[in-house]
Amino acid sequence: MTTATNASTVTPVKADVTSGQPLLAVEGLKVHFPVNRGFILQRTVGHVKAVDGIGFSLKHGETLGLVGESGSGKTTAGRAILQLTKPTAGKVTFEGQELTTMKPDAIRKMRRRMGIVFQDPYGSLNPRMTAGNIVGEPLIVHRLFTSKAEYREKVAELLQVVGLSPAMANRYPHEFSGGQRQRLGVARALAARPSLIVLDEPVSALDVSIQAQVINLLQDLQEQFNLAYIFIAHDLSVVRHISDRVAVMYLGKIVEIATRDEIYKNPLHPYTKALLSAVPAPDPVLERKRERIVLKGDIPSPLNPPSGCVFHTRCPIAIDDCKGDVPPLREVGPEHWVACIRV
Amino acid sequence: MTERQTVEPLLQVRDLKTYFYSPSSVVRAVDGVTFDLREGETLGLVGESGCGKSVTALTLMRLIPNPPGRIVGGEVIFKGRDLLKLSDSEMRKVRGRDIGMIFQEPMSSLNPVLTIGRQLTEALELHMNMSKRQAMDRAGELLDMVGIPDARTRLKDYPHQMSGGQRQRVMIAIALSCNPKLLIADEATTALDVTIQAQILELMQDLTSRLGTALLIITHNLGVVARYADRVNVMYAGKIREMGSSDDIYGSPKHPYTVGLLNSVPRLDEPAKTRLAPIRGEIPNMADLPAGCAFRDRCDWAIERCGAEDPTLTEAGREHWSACWESAKVSRRPAAQKAKV
Repeated sequence: MTTATNASTVTPVKADVTSGQPLLAVEGLKVHFPVNRGFILQRTVGHVKAVDGIGFSLKHGETLGLVGESGSGKTTAGRAILQLTKPTAGKVTFEGQELTTMKPDAIRKMRRRMGIVFQDPYGSLNPRMTAGNIVGEPLIVHRLFTSKAEYREKVAELLQVVGLSPAMANRYPHEFSGGQRQRLGVARALAARPSLIVLDEPVSALDVSIQAQVINLLQDLQEQFNLAYIFIAHDLSVVRHISDRVAVMYLGKIVEIATRDEIYKNPLHPYTKALLSAVPAPDPVLERKRERIVLKGDIPSPLNPPSGCVFHTRCPIAIDDCKGDVPPLREVGPEHWVACIRV
Repeated sequence: MTERQTVEPLLQVRDLKTYFYSPSSVVRAVDGVTFDLREGETLGLVGESGCGKSVTALTLMRLIPNPPGRIVGGEVIFKGRDLLKLSDSEMRKVRGRDIGMIFQEPMSSLNPVLTIGRQLTEALELHMNMSKRQAMDRAGELLDMVGIPDARTRLKDYPHQMSGGQRQRVMIAIALSCNPKLLIADEATTALDVTIQAQILELMQDLTSRLGTALLIITHNLGVVARYADRVNVMYAGKIREMGSSDDIYGSPKHPYTVGLLNSVPRLDEPAKTRLAPIRGEIPNMADLPAGCAFRDRCDWAIERCGAEDPTLTEAGREHWSACWESAKVSRRPAAQKAKV
């Protein structure tokens, strides 16, 4: 635990009671991107604090939903956990090993245990590789087969697991529909038998009828392979459907983290409340009765975030004290942490 | 369709057909769409990508690029005139003045090299015969109306100086600048964050009800229209498959596709972590639609007849139509026969 001025880095890491250790523990993670000006004489004029001191833990087979609006830092957080973006500060402990201080070679070996599925099923698959080679590439990188026959067998099995026909291995990405491509992305992430998969908006580019198929697939695979998920999304109804716990991010910080039922039944942070009330329900009778909290203004620039609580500029219950210190995450109930002085 | 209203609807779309031609195939993007829009009403047009909802909107405005597209048939009767029969110059007077339109991408629908003020005044000078100064004054009022702080100074700004939500507000101001009778919002909030989406929807609803403008909301998100639409049309593969009041569409849907859409979205108002019931299969290839009902391969209620004849919209209740042979049997509750993924 750190000092009060740096309180947002306080981390609600909960040891897993059953196995003693969480699969993943993130503490005080920061990713600051320098902003440079000038062409020859470059100087850094500021930092975009994309992720600014977040922490949480994740158990085996658990799903953490990471929600927030665009620019809240949720994608950067996911990438920094996998060391795809170098964190500026903080610790990421995965399967008992500290990743941030590891050498690149060692990290590459660790990547076997961590997968990622990207949002855009069109942009994330190499158009010049066949489906089989896309799915099989991790097997080659990590040398997970002994013979060509075994490789082919493993690829066929992976395709089957995600509900595609092994006969499709010779096709190219453009021959697949959006939903099928996302299945390919999932198969690739599964190839090296990871224990953690970061799912970065895996269904938001898909049509609703296809979304449900992919979500069901993800849930089946989680059960089958005891996977832990970090599910990054802006759609709160999808996040509730799939998550065990949910963390709400705003401008690089986690403002509330709790178990799924707790955060949806008893949201405490004003931002969480506004987010939840903004989700439209497909039920006109309910919608007419529902009170909506409409936030004023836009998300502020992360280059120059507001002082104190970053949400105070849009907060309906902000007081003068909110502009002062950064409110720390504090435990207000069992496994329910909120960063708000008005709660 | 029987006309219950004595007052003529603002917009009557009759058997509209818009096809796209390529050397090897014909895509019937809109294939016989018929609906009414009453004065001051909010109508939702819902469907997944490729179902023809945006093409319907573009056809109403006669903005279909030709080639490859062509409006093959039908009527669009707006205030008693068939828009499809107007000359190009007459049509230009309708666009922007009588019918305003907001698109999905606020960045690409605003001109990046013109100031917000210039883009707002263009329609005012053109359609309302205002002088430059009058138009600028009115532009300031309009920006103020859509809730942009410090409106007058922002008139000198360029689109890149505004956030996504603000740009969409500017689009609304432009679309409403000439007091149109109809505003078409084509996925106007899809690119925005949920909290901003809520702002924009509330704004559109508030302004159109204040100005008495009819609103056609086109979206793939069933939730978006539930709160605002009086009536909803559900489209699939170029045709309207179900139309009715939003209470009927959401409360007692009579088409298997609508039921499928409603069942496949997780909802905050229902218990969590039950399994979703997706619609099986994929959206069909529009260039190669099977005979009969286009939805039958994905449908739990399909019977033999569906393969032979394409059902037309038939009355399934008061002001409620469904294009399904089995619509009497379709309902949301007995969660169909378990759909396999």
